[in-house]
Amino acid sequence: MYEFAYHKPSSVADAVKLLAADPDARPISGGMTLLPALKLRLNKPSMLVDLSGIAELRGVKREGNTFVIGALTRHHEVATSAEIKAAIPALAAMAHTIGDTQVRNRGTMGGSVANNDPSADYPAALLALGATIKTDRRTISADDFFNGMFTTALELGEIVTAVHIPVPTKAGYAKMKNPASRYSMAGVFVANGPAGVRVAVNGAGNNGVFREAAMEKALAANWSPESLAGITLDAGDMNGDIHGSAEYRAHLVTVMAKRAVVDAG
Amino acid sequence: MNVVQPFEGIGASVRRKEDFRFLQGHGHFTDDINRPGQTYAVMLRSPHAHAVINAIDTAAAKAMPGVKAIFVGTDMAAENIGGIPCGWQIHNKDGSPMAEPMHPALALGKVRHVGDPVAVVIAETRAQARDAAEAILVDYTPMPGVSQTEAAIRPGAPQVHDAAPGNICYDWHIGDRAAMEAAFAGAARVVKFETTNNRLVPNAMEPRAAIGEFDPHSGDYTLYTTSQNPHVIRLLMGAFVLHIPESKLRVVAPDVGGGFGSKIYHYAEEAIVTWAAAKVKRPIKWVAERSESFMSDAHGRDHVSTAELALDASGKILGLKVHTLANMGAYLSTFAPCVPTYLYATLLSGVYSTPVIYAEVKAVFTNTVPVDAYRGAGRPEATYLLERLMDVAAREAGLDKVEFRRRNFIRPDQFPYQTPVALQYDSGNYHATLDQALVASGWGDFESRRAESKVRGKLRGIGISTYVEACGIAPSAVVGSLGARAGLYEVGTIRVHPTGSVTVLTGAHSHGQGHETTFAQLVADKLGVPIANVDIVHGDTAKVPFGMGTYGSRSLAVGGSAMDKAMDKIVAKGKRIAAHLMEASVEDVEFERGTFRVAGTDKTKTLTDISLAAYVPHNYPIDEIEPGLEETAFYDPKNFTYPGGCHICEVEIDPETGKVAVLNFTAVDDVGRVINPMIVEGQVQGGVAQGIGQALLEAAIYDAEGQLISGSMMDYTMPRADDLPMVSVATHTTLCTHNPLGVKGCGEVGAIGSPPAVMNAVVDALTAYGVRHVEMPATPDKIWNIIHGHRMAAE
Repeated sequence: MYEFAYHKPSSVADAVKLLAADPDARPISGGMTLLPALKLRLNKPSMLVDLSGIAELRGVKREGNTFVIGALTRHHEVATSAEIKAAIPALAAMAHTIGDTQVRNRGTMGGSVANNDPSADYPAALLALGATIKTDRRTISADDFFNGMFTTALELGEIVTAVHIPVPTKAGYAKMKNPASRYSMAGVFVANGPAGVRVAVNGAGNNGVFREAAMEKALAANWSPESLAGITLDAGDMNGDIHGSAEYRAHLVTVMAKRAVVDAG
Repeated sequence: MNVVQPFEGIGASVRRKEDFRFLQGHGHFTDDINRPGQTYAVMLRSPHAHAVINAIDTAAAKAMPGVKAIFVGTDMAAENIGGIPCGWQIHNKDGSPMAEPMHPALALGKVRHVGDPVAVVIAETRAQARDAAEAILVDYTPMPGVSQTEAAIRPGAPQVHDAAPGNICYDWHIGDRAAMEAAFAGAARVVKFETTNNRLVPNAMEPRAAIGEFDPHSGDYTLYTTSQNPHVIRLLMGAFVLHIPESKLRVVAPDVGGGFGSKIYHYAEEAIVTWAAAKVKRPIKWVAERSESFMSDAHGRDHVSTAELALDASGKILGLKVHTLANMGAYLSTFAPCVPTYLYATLLSGVYSTPVIYAEVKAVFTNTVPVDAYRGAGRPEATYLLERLMDVAAREAGLDKVEFRRRNFIRPDQFPYQTPVALQYDSGNYHATLDQALVASGWGDFESRRAESKVRGKLRGIGISTYVEACGIAPSAVVGSLGARAGLYEVGTIRVHPTGSVTVLTGAHSHGQGHETTFAQLVADKLGVPIANVDIVHGDTAKVPFGMGTYGSRSLAVGGSAMDKAMDKIVAKGKRIAAHLMEASVEDVEFERGTFRVAGTDKTKTLTDISLAAYVPHNYPIDEIEPGLEETAFYDPKNFTYPGGCHICEVEIDPETGKVAVLNFTAVDDVGRVINPMIVEGQVQGGVAQGIGQALLEAAIYDAEGQLISGSMMDYTMPRADDLPMVSVATHTTLCTHNPLGVKGCGEVGAIGSPPAVMNAVVDALTAYGVRHVEMPATPDKIWNIIHGHRMAAE
């Protein structure tokens, strides 16, 4: 990696101040995406602002019918939280499928959400569950937050502090993993919650995570895997690479959507 | 005093001695070695598959902090540094030698593959060297490149080397063409089959590394390197590249974290750091990053083949005809030319009594990383071609695939069996390994399991492969006549110390095989020394006599036989000393597991009594016998060894996603006498894991011009634990008839026998779709396309 300055502030305010002062500074939490990019010299920040010392960003708590998950919450904590497992088992189960043991013990909710990797798991869950994303300065709905691959509504220097997830009546998730990287090649999160019936797709689209309106309509009318059988996505909107053609991914979305509905029960 | 010991000799599943240090982090690998005053080297590599180098400007880079030196190809050429040599010469059909273009350690005038080293930067730290490498300005003129063999031999294809017109390295053949044509003329049926053997990246867990050191006081050079054969590296690098006498060059291969063939070869980086160490008068360490490994470690496989099988009306094989294009990559790696010839075409008889075989092999240069031996080396390619062809032929002839194989097997009473492609198999029992595997795999009940899968919407298939391989490489005179530029004997020294512990020096090298245990068991078995008191020394040319290293499953068959012969010398000398001490005639002294006895009496001496007498020769026949108890033997094998067996694989395909799951895998292998069953089981399981990797997961993918698409583990699918089933391993032994231990070798059988078993199962699962063949790797996307294409056609 290239040389960079390193700061470890203990408050969100200090972190924001550091980031505001230097447009080439970057925040880092678990570093599961940023560190490999730095090692490969694909990224050259002037400064890393390590968020891991900020206590206020930690922890999972339930406030009425909403989970408040701190941005520094590790995937392992989501996967093993008794409260999340009881209320939104699909979210805990999803967290358990992210990366490997090492990644789950380093990677964080906030980092995954802010990075918005098109093949990452959480963005689809947040979209489908109708979550809101809290930052150091505002609240943004998931619908407004995810703006295409690796792109979000975050301004330069803005930090995700927590996500607020309303508890759904039912939710399910299924994905086909890329055989090599094990990231999602096509993953579908379905939920029926306060925000209505929602279906969000990761891994497959050629511009990141997206909601699938036809499937939402079909499931709202009849919550069953069979109701999705006739829905085929346009391969022109899908990503294709050496691991799977766009046509294959379009097909997989329907398969995974049906399995997600089965998973949701 | 007699202490009762647990049996640790031949046949005992002793736990691996070396694992205690590996599991506790006490392994000592090349990157764990740090020499005083050490500097760091970084290679600047070509981003182009094919380009002319117009100029290299290193001025700015040389001025950067910490930079000690930067060298380019012309710096080495100015000192007459030689090209990286090739260790095997193949001759064309017309008798002329193969094209053997110069392989400069650092590119000269042209780069020929992505990753071709262009410059080396030596600096105080690795980060400084990397910074400086980025500051080197190389003026390239990119040229069209070619990565695929079929494209490389088309008229007008980009030329990789001026010295290899048409990109042909050699055009070679084996067998009797006229007899083959006659056999085909009389055939009731000819089955034709075409296939590609996918290119693989070895990916040993430890990346390659090298440390070069020069001592100005003595003029001695030392190279620490991740090698499977330090003496071979010393010979090749010293004699052909750097012109350093062997007496002045020490090569050390310490703990090595996996090789699979990729660490046999002499690589440019070894020569560069050794040569440059004398220039900068500081030790230089180079360690590959994983992405460098992908573009600089020799790859494996990469064949395109057509095979035709001639059958009579009863399903007996009359003849086989094979045409293969083999990708050599951009340069000839150390043993590359022999892989698709003498390690491949000679295996095309397989386990069958095929009367005539004719094979043609064209080796082709392309703008890709050099290709060389990878676990199995040629034999997996031959086995895959033949065993897929057997399934295709059985189906087209309407024969049961097991019965068809059995009908054509070489029978136990036909050994020694001379094949029409040079090899003479000494022993084997293919009927026995087949029958044992059929029972162990539950072959007879398969249809009920297929039906059960169908209920769950899954497609189940079963596949079989019956194979033989040739390892324990090899008789020196034979390989010499076939083009090898080295001998392939092995050396073993047995040093019995005064108080009876033993040090073994071997030219074999362990990089995961468990030699420290298996070889100690040989000593325990013959000399009765507990394995805790037997130390195996390997991997250092300053300690071990000239040996040829470890590859081709040769360590036990060749290296173990050398040790056995050396132990025979120890016993013979010990008997003479014992005869003196016990005042008996030497003819009357018997020896068994550490005890010398005067036959028919209770007079005994232990090995320790003898060794003590030998080193403290107070009461000793000093006029007749030299003191000391140390013996060396060099063993040159009389033949290859021929492990064989049967692999059966059961898969289940999810038709909705195309994903193939391996449910069961049964291996019954004849590896000759088994020294440590647990180590054999581990070796077979590891080989099967790599075979399943080749069949279902792995592919080095280049674009047509030579850019490596699968250049990291994000895109190159390495097998993971959850991709693999529990592998059931059993052995059925017929002894090797020509080495003293009766051993054959187990390191490669798993990777050789398994890919066709997996692919035959995949094709079997897709029977309902009318599929004749699926190319490796059977990825979900590929399988889904087959199923989907079929549905599209049906609709």
